[in-house]
Amino acid sequence: MFTRRDFLQYTVNAGAALGLAGYGANVTRALAQQKLTQDDLLKFDSKGQVTLLHFTDVHAQLMPVYFRPPDTNIGIGDYAGIPPHLVGEEFLTHFGIEKGSPLAYAHTMVDYVELARAYGRLGGLDRTATLVKAIRAERGDDKVLFLDGGDTWQGSYTSLKSNGQDMVDCMKLLKPDAMVGHWEFTFGEDRVKEIIDDMGYPFLASNIFDNEWDEPVFESTAMFEKGGVKVAVIGQAMPYTPIANPRWMFPKWSFGIRPDTLQENVDKARADGAEVVVLLSHDGFDVDRKLASVVSGIDVIVTGHTHDAVPQAIEIGSTLLLSSGSHGKYLGRIDLEVKDGKVVGHSSNLIPVFSDVIQSDPEMATKIDEVRKPHEAELNRVIGKTESLLYRRGNFNGTWDDLICQGVIEQRDTQIALSPGFRWGTTLLPGQDITIEDLYTETSMSYPSVYRLEFTGAQMKEILEDVCDNLFNKDPFFQQGGDMVRVGGMSYTCSPNADMGGRISDMRLMSTGEPLEADKSYVVGGWASVNENVEGPAIYDLMEKHITGKQVVNLPDQPTVKVNM
Amino acid sequence: MKLDRRQVLGLTAGAAVLAVAGIRVNPASAAAEETKKQVMEFTGGKEPASGKITLKAPEIAENGNTVPISVSVESAMSGDDLVESVMILAEGNPNPDVATFHFTEMSGEASATTRMRLAKTQNVVAVAKMKDGSVYSDTRLVKVTIGGCGG
Repeated sequence: MFTRRDFLQYTVNAGAALGLAGYGANVTRALAQQKLTQDDLLKFDSKGQVTLLHFTDVHAQLMPVYFRPPDTNIGIGDYAGIPPHLVGEEFLTHFGIEKGSPLAYAHTMVDYVELARAYGRLGGLDRTATLVKAIRAERGDDKVLFLDGGDTWQGSYTSLKSNGQDMVDCMKLLKPDAMVGHWEFTFGEDRVKEIIDDMGYPFLASNIFDNEWDEPVFESTAMFEKGGVKVAVIGQAMPYTPIANPRWMFPKWSFGIRPDTLQENVDKARADGAEVVVLLSHDGFDVDRKLASVVSGIDVIVTGHTHDAVPQAIEIGSTLLLSSGSHGKYLGRIDLEVKDGKVVGHSSNLIPVFSDVIQSDPEMATKIDEVRKPHEAELNRVIGKTESLLYRRGNFNGTWDDLICQGVIEQRDTQIALSPGFRWGTTLLPGQDITIEDLYTETSMSYPSVYRLEFTGAQMKEILEDVCDNLFNKDPFFQQGGDMVRVGGMSYTCSPNADMGGRISDMRLMSTGEPLEADKSYVVGGWASVNENVEGPAIYDLMEKHITGKQVVNLPDQPTVKVNM
Repeated sequence: MKLDRRQVLGLTAGAAVLAVAGIRVNPASAAAEETKKQVMEFTGGKEPASGKITLKAPEIAENGNTVPISVSVESAMSGDDLVESVMILAEGNPNPDVATFHFTEMSGEASATTRMRLAKTQNVVAVAKMKDGSVYSDTRLVKVTIGGCGG
């Protein structure tokens, strides 16, 4: 099994050069830009006949972003302490990455704010376009497969206003060979079909069946000839979409992991002459780690959903598993050497998309301008400012959701607030303005109503236990992805390794310190209910009012969840 | 105000009931015992072996009100190698006996698909009775969850 390997470290180290102490942002930034080059980022141990490029979970981020990696990402049982369940210093040590280096900044939250000021934003679809074009030029078009892992159409102001059309128009320019999905379905069945009919490349899903007739809804497999090798790509959509998202938006479709169906499709692809079988998956890392051990004959799984950025492909038996992060921060690449119908060699990495270093592709930049133009004034409208770091990722909390919970409690007059454990949403550095665009990057969705209800203490425990079991189940096939639901106005203790019913304890109201009583009712507000006809203001409207009222926000990083490992 | 737990995080499976202290009426062991009793009545007191029968069910129910399951039994469906009947039970339902399918040589194969209501996370059990008197069973845990937080 892969443990540590040398890979490109680049020569620049802003952290070491400047000791991370008190230097002006402009100085460090100039240094980083001068030393790190596009050629460094593109350096790769090219191999064999086939190159797979994997781009996933961009969540409609056309522009470069700050995205602080998580400080907590707990693995359970057999999955503890191995990628992707390594964060911070442990991650750096495991992969042999130098502190303060570009990769340390891209992959961990260690010295995050200082390094963010030094290295700048990551991502931007125009930069990704430059990389894709460069790799196609280097390898030859006939050797490269570009695969879109899904969660592409949702997550921004412009994607919400255009029903995903902005992303469809921009992605088309990258000429993907296939795509799979998850949040795509939250635009509803009709819109999904309309886009797929028009987009010009296949939307693959081996695991979506019609509820009534139990027949496949989408094509499962697409065959390609690359570098003289026959490659089958099979799609696997997010298995728990109808549970994690509103089923009423696509009531005719049933999902699930369906390993038996997948095995049949893999076998069929082999029988049809595929020398390489690739699973384009939106299962999440641990689900696919297990899937690789129960389904045989898959050479490569390119996975998304859990937003894990693992610097290189991991070998699980004879299957390679590559997870290419999120929000446009990385482009994943695997080269395969194929001999006598077998993969005999490979090399892989995630290319971090340093936006200050990589040139903008003019064609994509023009298209991005075009889709943003009608919304420009609104996108740039400043509604407030943050004095503290605002981020989302982490198993239990993030300051963006602390702010959202504060907004829900104050604007809807509740004792407790719940904010879903989404892994999408980016980061603002201390001192940055908060614009409408920033707000929608955290809240853009098609079921945004903020409810206000009463729940008993027993029901609150029930809810937290249920979500916790979806996150920390010992069997990855029962994990739905996402993080723990964020809680405002209440603190609790969580024991991830316990069984369901025993993970949540010591629930207390923050205002008084009193324990929640099982049969007493509490007023609770929250958003993103998957129920139909939920009443309440949209989360982005509520938060616009809240932030505008505050003008300046400051959310100290004070976790309200005590974790017992 | 009427409480509706589904509203909270978006609770897909309406009937989600978890093991919160004091709420669960029917302890797991009692439910399993009732199921066992009904299995024994079906098999005439014979302990089912594993193998031959395969039960398929989703790991997590998308909708607890209508969970699709299918069952199939390896059999030549002739002579003594004939599946006579297959019983489906849901351990956690008030009455575990969900359905019994009867087969003959004319059936050609012993397989069936149905949908069932599951009020909470529980084991679903399928038991096959063969003409030669042997019995086989398979069990699947189906989780019924609140959901709503996938990111």
